[in-house]
Amino acid sequence: MIHKPLLLLIASSISLVAYADNDYIRPLSQSKAYQAECASCHMAYQPGLLPAQSWQRIMNNLPNHYGSDASLDSATIKEISTWLIDNAGTYEHVSNPPKDDRITESTWFKRKHRKIVEEVWLRASIKSPAQCMACHSAAANGNYDDDFVKIPK
Amino acid sequence: MIIQPKHLTKTVILFGLIFLNLIAARSALSQTSPNDILVHYQAQAETQADSMRGQVLFNTRHGNDWSCSTCHGSPPTISGKHASSGKGILPLAPAANDKSLTSLKKTEKWFRRNCRDVLSRECTAQEKTDVVSYLLTLKLN
Repeated sequence: MIHKPLLLLIASSISLVAYADNDYIRPLSQSKAYQAECASCHMAYQPGLLPAQSWQRIMNNLPNHYGSDASLDSATIKEISTWLIDNAGTYEHVSNPPKDDRITESTWFKRKHRKIVEEVWLRASIKSPAQCMACHSAAANGNYDDDFVKIPK
Repeated sequence: MIIQPKHLTKTVILFGLIFLNLIAARSALSQTSPNDILVHYQAQAETQADSMRGQVLFNTRHGNDWSCSTCHGSPPTISGKHASSGKGILPLAPAANDKSLTSLKKTEKWFRRNCRDVLSRECTAQEKTDVVSYLLTLKLN
């Protein structure tokens, strides 16, 4: 007979490893409007990075968008909001709206980046935690995998 | 009118040319030029466009952290950079970017957003006229 606890240990180790490698975030569909309107000043953050509640608040507050005016006509707001909410994050760790609805304030984000010291975020090549692509060069394609991270000097 | 076989080639060519001309005319009409945009704003402005005034407006801070040139450069004949995100911005001057000022809808959108950021209010038609005329004076050296 196979030792049950040992089997359980092996099985759980495998599933943990599989999850740890699964840092690919892609929405089910694309939105041209989102790309055109929301990626002109910053990276097109994947909708799965925030819960629907956060996206709703952001889209209802575009004239006060994190220090900038990002206002849009109501038809485009409606179109983009629908897409964001349809593709919003639903996993357990994304379900709580973060402070200020900022991706970088999420518990999971802080945990993932816990080893990055403050000095790194302030480097001219990075500027802030909001610039995913500074270290995750393939972030626009949803690739946040550890193996592809390069932290610039 | 019956088209006889001997006239077929000429008829086909004739219709072909008419068709091509219609397409060319249609695309020429739907394409907006920077000058069309200047004319549009000038029609709503009180006085004649003043590119010097536009230049001053562009380079001055109006009570907030940014001027237009903070992100777009001075003069905006080179690629700019978003002051917060560092994201690259294509040159504003039509001489450096043939897509600039070719859509009234987009021009209006960016004026609305960016004037609210820089001046805490919308730009007046006069201000937009002055800025557009300033941008049109810029040449690549």
